Amino acid sequence: MIGELGQLALILATLLAIAQTVFPLIGAWLNNNAYMQVGHSAAYGQFVFVAIAFALLTWAFITQDFSISYVANNSNLHLPMLYRFSAVWGAHEGSLLFWVLILSLWTILVAITSARKNSVLPKEFSARVLAVLGFISLGFLLFVVFTSNPFTRILPAPMDGADLNPLLQDPGLIIHPPMLYMGYVGFAVAFAFAIAALIGGKMDRDWVRWSRPWTQLAWAFLTFGIALGSWWAYYELGWGGWWFWDPVENASFMPWIAGTALLHAQAVTEKRGAFIGWTLLLSITAFSLSLLGTFLVRSGVLTSVHAFASDPTRGVYILAFLGVVIGGSLVLYALRAPKMTRGGGFSWFSRETLILINNLILIVAMAMVLLGTLYPLIADAFGLGKISVGPPYFGLMFGLLMIPLVLIMPLGAYGRWKQDKLSRVSRQLLLPLLISAAIAGLSAWFIDNANLRTIAGVFAGSWLIFGSLAYAIQRSMKQRRKWLPAGEVAMVIAHIGVGIFLIGVSMVETTSIEKHIPMSPGDSFQLAEYKFEFTGSEHIEGPNYSADRGTFIVTKNGQAVTTLYPEKRSYRRGQVMTEAALDPGLTRDLYVSLGDQIDAENQRWAVRIYKKPFIRWIWLGTLFMTFGALVGMTDRRFRRKNTDKAVSA
Amino acid sequence: MTPTRKKRLKVVLLILLGVGTAVAIAISALQENLLYFVSPTDVVAQKMPAEKQFRLGGLVKDGSVIRAQESLEIQFVVTDGRANVAVAFNDILPDLFREGQGIIAIGALDKNGVFQADEVLAKHDENYMSPEVADALEKAGHPDAQKGKQP
Repeated sequence: MIGELGQLALILATLLAIAQTVFPLIGAWLNNNAYMQVGHSAAYGQFVFVAIAFALLTWAFITQDFSISYVANNSNLHLPMLYRFSAVWGAHEGSLLFWVLILSLWTILVAITSARKNSVLPKEFSARVLAVLGFISLGFLLFVVFTSNPFTRILPAPMDGADLNPLLQDPGLIIHPPMLYMGYVGFAVAFAFAIAALIGGKMDRDWVRWSRPWTQLAWAFLTFGIALGSWWAYYELGWGGWWFWDPVENASFMPWIAGTALLHAQAVTEKRGAFIGWTLLLSITAFSLSLLGTFLVRSGVLTSVHAFASDPTRGVYILAFLGVVIGGSLVLYALRAPKMTRGGGFSWFSRETLILINNLILIVAMAMVLLGTLYPLIADAFGLGKISVGPPYFGLMFGLLMIPLVLIMPLGAYGRWKQDKLSRVSRQLLLPLLISAAIAGLSAWFIDNANLRTIAGVFAGSWLIFGSLAYAIQRSMKQRRKWLPAGEVAMVIAHIGVGIFLIGVSMVETTSIEKHIPMSPGDSFQLAEYKFEFTGSEHIEGPNYSADRGTFIVTKNGQAVTTLYPEKRSYRRGQVMTEAALDPGLTRDLYVSLGDQIDAENQRWAVRIYKKPFIRWIWLGTLFMTFGALVGMTDRRFRRKNTDKAVSA
Repeated sequence: MTPTRKKRLKVVLLILLGVGTAVAIAISALQENLLYFVSPTDVVAQKMPAEKQFRLGGLVKDGSVIRAQESLEIQFVVTDGRANVAVAFNDILPDLFREGQGIIAIGALDKNGVFQADEVLAKHDENYMSPEVADALEKAGHPDAQKGKQP
């Protein structure tokens, strides 16, 4: 029954999505309240049915209903209960249903906030926003129902299922996809606001002010989601990297870069009325990249262009939908472009200019990631050979582009709107500059095997941290009040986060110590100040795997530090997983994982032993960025009705 | 041309110059980091010069693995059924590295024609083969090519 009920719920949700798209648009056009209201009701109804479908699929996993092919392929009798929940979105069909659920959640959030009496949104505007969100939802629901139905039956039902991909059997992976999807899909709201503004023909500062808190919330989720993914890869993939420039990662990183550019462009449009067209385009770009990411990850095109070509329904559908969304938006944009107002002018040195440079750099960086990600696919599709793009391409290009960006970040905070003097700003920033230089100098002394890149990274990170702090302190002194506006606090916190992140990255990338060595029981190895003693490995049985578990006693100058138990697991489906063991710390992580077994009889293993200085700072920095964005969306001016009376802070 | 227009033109040119430089660097960096996939048959047919990085893919030949006890040094042969390439590696092997398994090695040929691998990749699933490897095996007429077709 579960399967049939699920189908029914999905079909009802699809019908409601049609209603949500059509009626509010007609209502806004004819200025008919009742029609506009349909949007809200349809959004709530749609959410209910999508949630029912999702709950039924979850129930099928909990009760191990292997007559549903998706459950049979991604679960088995031994799968621990916790992972039966995360298995719901662990593969293609379920993850798309999850995509729709998240979109539906964002939609009702918009519906609820816009239905409140003190809502800032005019009702025609919120009607159009809901219609756009309804259209996107419709596109995905049709995709789920016709090409990727998670409720498809198999007959006869197998006695036992396959298994959930063991890479996904990890607590970190339970909350990584929801966070990432909240971010990804959240850009749909900023997109819907932009399209609603374009349809309504009133492209002014207001819609940007309404759109900002939603963009910030989506960006916060995306930042957090990407960071979780990085953290998971670090301890789960068994070789201690935190970012791989893998196409799947790039798929989530591209919307993030565009979203970051959007956040900054929105500030200019909201405060100064400039860059309106650019902000609209970035809203469209950020969401288009989210869709492209879904296409890349979900169409199978990454594993092989040929796999995609042999079963093209899914890929072609997403590609066509992508075409409709991007093409339609751009046509609408072109039609409206003559009506767009020009904002206030600005001189060559002003906050506007600095944010313009920020946006240019970010967009070039995004384009460069896009090029590196798509190039192999395009080359393969046109028969130019099987190519992959090595991580050094991304690392080099991204690093180069970030240098000017990081240098101007504190200037951007200090720079005044419209017109400023470089000399004034530099005077203000002299102290942070000196402090950063001093810290960088000290780091050359105190950090083991620091090289020029380490010192440059520490300098850049300190420059951001102290530049932002100095700004916060000077501003609060001038304001003569305790708290700065939330928007400014947000900027300070997020920029400090980037500084912390940068220090983490440069320390890890330039001063990590990584040793790969063969070890037998009784062997010990000295890594910097730590001594790792391998006492042996034993065989253990997990719920759906069996494993070899090694024991490593770590000491420092004869004092016990910790004992680490890395595992090598074999899962039922034949996969082998390396479970690293680590001892985390604010200034260093110790990391041990078992490589291949050289000699089973003597328990001789190839072993990875790493010391990763400051790696926690990478994720700490992203937490600051996330928190900054959350603070930013609480700013009081987002809840005021009229910009023109508002004093720009 | 009015002074404001002149100024604007300058700004636009400056932006174009900046973006142009970035694109030029990106393309040259991309060129340098492109790794082609080459099958053993093509390596033997003298398609690859020494010291040029590429990705070699195929099956680890049965009985070809020789490993040292005191270090991580290992030697093996990668085959597509038609041609063989000797590979030397001195690092940790992936979890599913074993004889008969499809792998991809990244590295370059040395002067003796031995492929010095910097990295060896295998999939996490023993029934799964990288589509590139499957494709190479198919071209060489190897029976294991079908393995790659499984999802």
